[in-house]
Amino acid sequence: MTVGVVMLVHTALGRAEQVARHWSAAGCPVVIHVDKSVPRKVYDTFVDSLADVPDVAFCKRFRCEWGTWGIVAASQAGSEMILAQFEDVRHVYLASGSCLPLRPVKELVNYLAARPRTDFIESATTADVPWTVGGLDEERFTMHFPFSWKKQRFLFDKSVAVQRTLNLKRKLPNEIVPHMGSQWWCLTRQTLSAILQDPDRGAYDRYFRHVWIPDESYFQTLSRLYSIQIESRSLTLSKFDFQGKPHIFYDDHLQLLRRSDCFVARKVWPYADRLYDAFLTDEDNALSKTEPNPGKIDRIFAKAVERRTRGRSGLYMQSRFPNEDWENGVTAAPYSVFQGFAELFDNFEPWLAKSTGSRVHGHLFAPDRVHYADSQTAINGALSDSATVRDYNANAFLTNLIWNTRGERQCFQFGPGDNQDVCWRIAKDPNAQVSVITGAWSVPLFRSNKDFSVIRRTAAALQKIENEHMNILRSPYTKARVRIWNMAEFIEAPMEPLQGILDEIGHVKLKRISEVPQMVDLSGFGQFLQNLKNQGMHPHLMGDFPVERGVAATQPSPRKPYLVR
Amino acid sequence: MGIIQSYRLRLQRKRWRIRAFRKRRELKQIVNRTNQIKPDDILLFCTQRNEKIRLPYFLDYYRKMGVGHFFFVDNDSDDGSAEYLEQQPDVSVWGARASYKRARFGADWLNWLQMKYAHGHWTLTVDPDEFLIYPFCDTRPLRALTDWLDASSIKSFSAMLLDMYPKGRLDEQPYQSGQNPMEIASWFDSGNYSMFRNFRFANLWIQGGPRARVFFKDDPEKAPALNKVPLVKWDRRYVYVSSTHMLLPRGLNQVYDEWGGEKASGVLLHAKFLDTFSAKALEELERGQHYAASVEYKAYADNLQTDPQLWCKWSERYINWRQLEILGLMSKGNWA
Repeated sequence: MTVGVVMLVHTALGRAEQVARHWSAAGCPVVIHVDKSVPRKVYDTFVDSLADVPDVAFCKRFRCEWGTWGIVAASQAGSEMILAQFEDVRHVYLASGSCLPLRPVKELVNYLAARPRTDFIESATTADVPWTVGGLDEERFTMHFPFSWKKQRFLFDKSVAVQRTLNLKRKLPNEIVPHMGSQWWCLTRQTLSAILQDPDRGAYDRYFRHVWIPDESYFQTLSRLYSIQIESRSLTLSKFDFQGKPHIFYDDHLQLLRRSDCFVARKVWPYADRLYDAFLTDEDNALSKTEPNPGKIDRIFAKAVERRTRGRSGLYMQSRFPNEDWENGVTAAPYSVFQGFAELFDNFEPWLAKSTGSRVHGHLFAPDRVHYADSQTAINGALSDSATVRDYNANAFLTNLIWNTRGERQCFQFGPGDNQDVCWRIAKDPNAQVSVITGAWSVPLFRSNKDFSVIRRTAAALQKIENEHMNILRSPYTKARVRIWNMAEFIEAPMEPLQGILDEIGHVKLKRISEVPQMVDLSGFGQFLQNLKNQGMHPHLMGDFPVERGVAATQPSPRKPYLVR
Repeated sequence: MGIIQSYRLRLQRKRWRIRAFRKRRELKQIVNRTNQIKPDDILLFCTQRNEKIRLPYFLDYYRKMGVGHFFFVDNDSDDGSAEYLEQQPDVSVWGARASYKRARFGADWLNWLQMKYAHGHWTLTVDPDEFLIYPFCDTRPLRALTDWLDASSIKSFSAMLLDMYPKGRLDEQPYQSGQNPMEIASWFDSGNYSMFRNFRFANLWIQGGPRARVFFKDDPEKAPALNKVPLVKWDRRYVYVSSTHMLLPRGLNQVYDEWGGEKASGVLLHAKFLDTFSAKALEELERGQHYAASVEYKAYADNLQTDPQLWCKWSERYINWRQLEILGLMSKGNWA
């Protein structure tokens, strides 16, 4: 008893010849189907080149276009021929010209001999698996598909649309349950002959002729009717990408393919010399009895599909430029934005760096230059500190910064004096943790030595900008983790908010804050705000600061700064 | 895209084709070996001027990659590079004495040659200082990529220009003919690229890198474009609109995914910044034959006299394509 191979060939005939010789050398009869679209002359040379090989036959040729009946017709013709001509064939293996046996053929023969009644064919009901590409799963069995998907796409789509609108449905012959699966199977003589000699075959053939991609459903469905024991998996290692076309194997997959322990792989690039050399030289290895284990290869290809469909979050590059809100992650990693903290606390930045272990920048979007941590002039990725370059594309600056520093949490200061172009980008980013003390921008003004009229004007402008920013942060489109306090509220109890922020950054397991940042001296701040009011500029973002109240009252000595406890 | 805009682009494409057709008269055939081209050969198109020192490595690099035939337009060289190319067995050379600028920086000449010879071929259009890197280029020949692109019905492949530079002054290490320029110019900027979408041509406008950082830091808008689509399954109806930055029909510019996924892409290592650069910059400045009134070269010349140092602490040293893939400068897409 042996295994017969039906080989469907359409290109790379030289490789097909090599593989056919390989099968034949191991004692497996081969029936080859060559696509009708291969020119007569090429076909004849191909037949001639295999003339010296015993047990190789050629069957009637059909035109095989992807997704059409021709492939099934070819498989039928090949199977009929191999069953009729080679009496001792028990299993028939359907393979293509670009399939490559990975293990010695003897192992496959032994493997199948040990399972004489088992049919290896992937076969699942359409209702249960989401394999299909292009949205046609059940419909491929209930509609007519007279047009080619590849060549007559417009008509194909139109005919589907028309049938959908008219709700045209085909009846399945004998109420068979449609199954689908990989087109590469290995069936026993019993099952295969039962399918081919079925008295109703005419009806089935007529039905499947107009099913879409019948090669993935004809044998898969009909074998369910006759098989004693179906093992629903393919012995051929074949991975598909997101468009439903097979992944191709190259020389650099050699080790992976060796370790996969699969019997046959599809599809191999015809110029992959190393693969053909390695696998077609039949070494007399000690035969291994391991089960196929394509897990390692699966992972690589699953990752490739994931990369093509979802990509790396936060990456913007020449071949990944997602539309706004379709980014699948606006930025690459979580980061924190602080507004008003550096104004309110003297040593906020070093303190934050120390207590969280993250990189704490100054005002990255300041008008004079980019204030990187440790006053560097450039940062990872050679991102420069030029404000002009940054402002040319502020959103890209932010996403680049976060991408370049993946693995290290970034914190930076922000404020109404900075470039506001990034406000929306940050607000819509779930990776952003935004903490704002509104009105704190007034503290530097309060401490500055400027003319009051200048201060008043600046305060009015800053307040307007910050107010707009707060509206953005409070909008329903905001996805960032936002915390907003007004200044008065924050000064009442600064510890809790700080603890909350640190816990969320959570790099270092903090129990309690042991060291606290130093708040600036705010005595007289209430009066400062009152003066602004008296000038007609009502500062409302700070909250309520009574003229008398506040920091000055609780802290008589100006030399001992306010200490958060 | 409305019908009107679509028709306008069509007219524009026709205009460039007619222009290329007219400019064919500026090309003088020096040696034509195009009868050697096999139907599935990958072709390379290049304009060059006085690059003799670079050519041996360039030809070697792309031959090893699997390019079948080279097309050169020699723009009035006087260093013997045309004669050198003429002797190569797989090169066809045309000479052009006319203005490089008025041939739209060579695009018209190459459009004509491509129209005539490249129909149905995978076509690589690069400069003599550009070296294509694509995913798996260390283990798979270019043919593997183009076969895969064919199988995936992809017609164009993008490769961003990545400016390479040496550590130290540009003129510190002289370049020897035949040497791999990346031995000297082995550093690059890994993460300071900004991009805008050009809705009209559907391409991305990428700027950044060391040139934007050093030469154009006060005027980033003028920084050179880095987006390129050098590898195209050519059809005689196609044209390059501006250098290899964009093509018409504009579907060919859609080399990026808009829904979050990554398409496969490569990188063109740009080994412009060698010791030969400052002389070249001065010469080109005099000729005034470069893009946007040679603003690029002006900026270079101004800076180069003071401090020709592109390297900084955060520069990355080039290792291989996998490094560029991890850094997010190129992608394997779903090619595995």
